[in-house]
Amino acid sequence: MNDGIAIELDDIVKSFGDVNAVDHVSMQIRDGEFFSMLGPSGCGKTTTLRMIAGFEFPTSGRLKIHGKEMGNTPPYRRPVNTVFQSYALFPHMTVAQNVAFGLEMKRVPKEQIKERVQKALELVRLPTFGDRYPRQMSGGQQQRVALARALVNEPEVLLLDEPLGALDQKLRKEMQFELKRIQEELGITFIFVTHDQEEALTMSDRIAVMNAGRVLQIGTPTEIYERPNCRFVADFIGESNFIEGTVRASNGQYATIETSDGLEMQGYTEQPVSVGSSVVLSLRPEKARLSTVNGNNSQKHEANTFPAKVERVSYIGSDTRIIVRLASGRTIDVWEQNTRSTLDRDAYWQPGEAAILSCSVENALILTS
Amino acid sequence: MIDLSQTSSQTAQKSSTRKPFSLGKTTLTVVSVLTYMFLYIPIIILVLYSFTTDAFGARLTGFTLSWYEQLWRDQRLMGATLNTLYVAFVSMIVSTIIGTMTALALERFRFRGRAVYDAFLYLPVVIPEIVMALSLLAFFSFAFNLIRQLTGIQLRNGLATVIISHIAFSISFVVIVVRASLRGFDQRMEEAAYDLGANSWQTFWRITFPLILPGIIGGGLLAFTISLDDFIISFFTTGPGTSLLPVEVYSQVKRAVTPKINAISTLMLAVSMTLVVLSQVVQRPRT
Repeated sequence: MNDGIAIELDDIVKSFGDVNAVDHVSMQIRDGEFFSMLGPSGCGKTTTLRMIAGFEFPTSGRLKIHGKEMGNTPPYRRPVNTVFQSYALFPHMTVAQNVAFGLEMKRVPKEQIKERVQKALELVRLPTFGDRYPRQMSGGQQQRVALARALVNEPEVLLLDEPLGALDQKLRKEMQFELKRIQEELGITFIFVTHDQEEALTMSDRIAVMNAGRVLQIGTPTEIYERPNCRFVADFIGESNFIEGTVRASNGQYATIETSDGLEMQGYTEQPVSVGSSVVLSLRPEKARLSTVNGNNSQKHEANTFPAKVERVSYIGSDTRIIVRLASGRTIDVWEQNTRSTLDRDAYWQPGEAAILSCSVENALILTS
Repeated sequence: MIDLSQTSSQTAQKSSTRKPFSLGKTTLTVVSVLTYMFLYIPIIILVLYSFTTDAFGARLTGFTLSWYEQLWRDQRLMGATLNTLYVAFVSMIVSTIIGTMTALALERFRFRGRAVYDAFLYLPVVIPEIVMALSLLAFFSFAFNLIRQLTGIQLRNGLATVIISHIAFSISFVVIVVRASLRGFDQRMEEAAYDLGANSWQTFWRITFPLILPGIIGGGLLAFTISLDDFIISFFTTGPGTSLLPVEVYSQVKRAVTPKINAISTLMLAVSMTLVVLSQVVQRPRT
């Protein structure tokens, strides 16, 4: 029965009135995987999660959990548990009673409940908080209780709906590691919904990037970041310079592009592009390089080199972010890591300084859209 | 007028740094004090005169508790009090159950005619009580006629008709209070319960009910209070031989105002105020 697939969505559509909140989504989530659904608000990620949980039912399409068709199975008969964004802890029950709730519903014997509740609280590092009420705890602690309340039921799949959304930056980072640790310790499948790209990249085995009810790309964090398959993904994950142009020559995975401002650039593409088609080049700011005009730099021999003028320099500690203007008037963002000595007080670049902008062919991604 | 208000708002803004006197603030304070005096002086006088030794209750001649003592021995008043408590209790229980279920249905389900149903529910709160009383009276005589023609049994107005009438107008108040507490209820609580394996029945009794219980108790206490001091509807729908406290007080006042009436009024006031305070306390949000 178990072919290693925990959740299978097959051509799922969910419409509210005339709007397709989820529009022909298909994906397979593997056993033991940390799988994230990432996208802006309203992209359909939460609706997809709610259909897996059973709070919403698909308008059409098939949804299977471990090979079993879910159809209109109510949430209380599904082998999944949810951690809600707002935690949704029961305010009239103590922490221990909250965590015990699911086991009581399954009529687990009393002594066993006590033992498993304690173990769950230890797992989330709150072993002494059983007698407290949720309102007596901080947001981060409530989040851990919500996690324990779901995990104590040993679900086949754990669903997490933006669980870190309400926490401050530092706590978020802490909980990210915590979640990853727990997931690796228990080895169960986590489906994690977030709009925070960094969060998705840090924790996930695979990410599905969604927009307007559709899945645009599914892949590992590296694949999603390094090889986005469309402009939306490249734009949503990290930052990028986008340069529109037309294909002038194509040679398998390499192509020459004439940009809208008349520059010639070499780029890399996963799928071959035909000559004459309009494309967009994506260049990550940290993959663009700046070198001095007089310097004897090997980068100058890269395929894409353009004379440029430094326009603005902002120092943000770990990086320096530079905006340069090309002769054609186009501006390009370039990020340089601050690897210089702490004793070196002079900035590398000054506004108005002439420079050479370059990037390797592989880092200029050609996207069709 | 315009000048006045401008001056007062300007002074109010600067009051922390400049002179503390402000015309607007002073006027407001005086008006507030006068309003409260207007509201409470009659009540205070009523309470004071329940302790007077003057038999006509016209002067404060000394302190006595004898009027309260006489209440105990007044068979008619005690009988009316028991009737009133009985009516208030039964109508509270029934209207709370029906009102809570109605509130749940209105808040949870989208059905045809919901808006109309919603609007009609609040009608008993706003229509003149005398209209409500007359319509109930007409309804009972119509219903009793019908029953007599069908079965030959003649029913008469009595405690039962008062109870039915009180239930009828209490439901609206219960619905208003319970709905308010349902609005503050986080629906995700119920989803969380389903998610943890509880079915609808278990979810209602373990999660929803305990969380909206303060609202239900508040609604019930309000229904009890309203029933307790209702005069018009009780007066119209009660039958011969069954008397209710407000009606009984009225008939005694027609003969003579004695401090005994003040005493029973003071007691009713105390009970009503206790219940209102209690209903506010149970509805107070927990922090």
